Amino acid sequence: MGAIYRREIGAFFSSGIAYVFLAVFYVFAGYFFSINTLAVGTTNMSGMFANLFLIIIFLIPILTMRLFSEEKKQKTEQGLLTAPVSLTSIVLGKYFAALTLFTIGISVVFVYGFILSLFGSVAWLTLVSNFLALFLLGAAFSAVGVFISSLTENQVIAAVGGFVCLMMLYMIDVIASSVNVTWLQNFLYDMSFYSRYYEFTCGIFNLSSVLFYLSTAVLFNFFTVRVFEKRRWS
Amino acid sequence: MIEVRNLTKHYGDKKAVNDISFTVEDGQILGFLGPNGAGKSTTMNMLTGYISSTSGQALINGVDVLEDPIKAKAQIGYLPEIPPLYLDMTVKAYLNFVYDLKKCKLPRRSHLKDVCTLCKIKDVENRLIKNLSKGYKQRVGLAQALINNPPVLILDEPTVGLDPKQIIDIRTLIKRLGKNHTVILSSHILSEIQAVCDRVIIINKGVVAADDTAANLSNKVTTDHRVIVRIDGPKAEVLQKIRELDNIKYVRADMEREAGIYEYEIEAEPGVDIRREINRIVRENGWNILLLRTMEMTLEDIFLKITMGETIINEKEANA
Repeated sequence: MGAIYRREIGAFFSSGIAYVFLAVFYVFAGYFFSINTLAVGTTNMSGMFANLFLIIIFLIPILTMRLFSEEKKQKTEQGLLTAPVSLTSIVLGKYFAALTLFTIGISVVFVYGFILSLFGSVAWLTLVSNFLALFLLGAAFSAVGVFISSLTENQVIAAVGGFVCLMMLYMIDVIASSVNVTWLQNFLYDMSFYSRYYEFTCGIFNLSSVLFYLSTAVLFNFFTVRVFEKRRWS
Repeated sequence: MIEVRNLTKHYGDKKAVNDISFTVEDGQILGFLGPNGAGKSTTMNMLTGYISSTSGQALINGVDVLEDPIKAKAQIGYLPEIPPLYLDMTVKAYLNFVYDLKKCKLPRRSHLKDVCTLCKIKDVENRLIKNLSKGYKQRVGLAQALINNPPVLILDEPTVGLDPKQIIDIRTLIKRLGKNHTVILSSHILSEIQAVCDRVIIINKGVVAADDTAANLSNKVTTDHRVIVRIDGPKAEVLQKIRELDNIKYVRADMEREAGIYEYEIEAEPGVDIRREINRIVRENGWNILLLRTMEMTLEDIFLKITMGETIINEKEANA
């Protein structure tokens, strides 16, 4: 797993994806930070966090699109799949590489917190909890992105597919509100990624939401392993 | 040691590999010979655990590839048809990655240096793989297979894309590796297999068509009875004289190669070497031989030849 993780981190930077991701993320995070926090004259950053949800829907597929589709296209997956490593460690190595880069990106919020602390008192615990929510959301979304990348050998399809899927997850609330069947509506509300995330930005730490995001991540990584298992057997 | 028992692979209705069995002893170099699409790569992919078999078993030093893939894969160095190279890495970084991936315990620096020296890629180790020529890429592919010094080497068409000198280098290298590794290599070039391998398995349409030592095989496919001669002499007379020889099945004047000089395609009965006879008539008539060569056998000829025995017997049985 370590070897694959290190290679992917290196490939993120040598392919330029890391720079694009970080630059775009910093631009939007900086914009929302100045509009929602600095311009309003508050140390409350939840407005920025709420907006970042939409930004990472666009950015995570860019991080994950390459991970498996490129291997398939360049025929390098044959090297990985005939190496003495398990499928799980191949998938996790790539997944954690994407997650690491994502974490480097979102860690910028602590810089913002530091800037704010020069002018007023910052609720650090809320900030950490918001950061954690963004991290968990990224962990779940990255797993979805990696899964979609394993289905195709075309990076563009992987990126667009990932974007569409994440957009669907975002719109679960909209869909739920137009459903008339009560149990289905409740189920969809329970599945909502956004309302759970919004709860965090309001400063509520809900353990069940933490579990929800973590299990999504585990589930989609498991699916990715199954994709390779299935291809080997067909 | 590699043991393959009744290995079969179906893709839907198509049988890519059908009930192949063979054993490769330690220190043996086995050649897989077959035309494109014969099932060579599919068999190799099953041996290395890249794809599963529909039925049957492949054991690498007693370890089943499907039962305990990680342990089996650790004993194999595999060079697939298209080397699995990351184009955006330098040769050095890539080999280090493979070293880590294979969890190699040998001393890193000296081991990687040995492998680079063996494959003659020391001078390109700081270049990006995407900028290398096909021949160098192939050698980097071979180098990654050699990392961790696996007891079994499986090489899918290792000399494709190399220039003639590199081909000889790689063949010598494979021969040397064969002394303390078990090697399977595939090719569709007969002479290559003859030059390197102790034993040859010919695969056609997913089944083993022949399994023999290289020496026996070359006896079977000897082509001494089919020759092309360029004779400086009157065409009609030459044809006449050749026809009068014993054991001649067929003779034909080919195109006029030089002014008034023709090439003749001659086929004698199998197993009859007619070169001396031709020489004799040429001497007796005061002509000159300007060129004499045996006709190259194509793979198709070899299959025909090897499977011919069976078909004749089958036809006889059918008639009886």
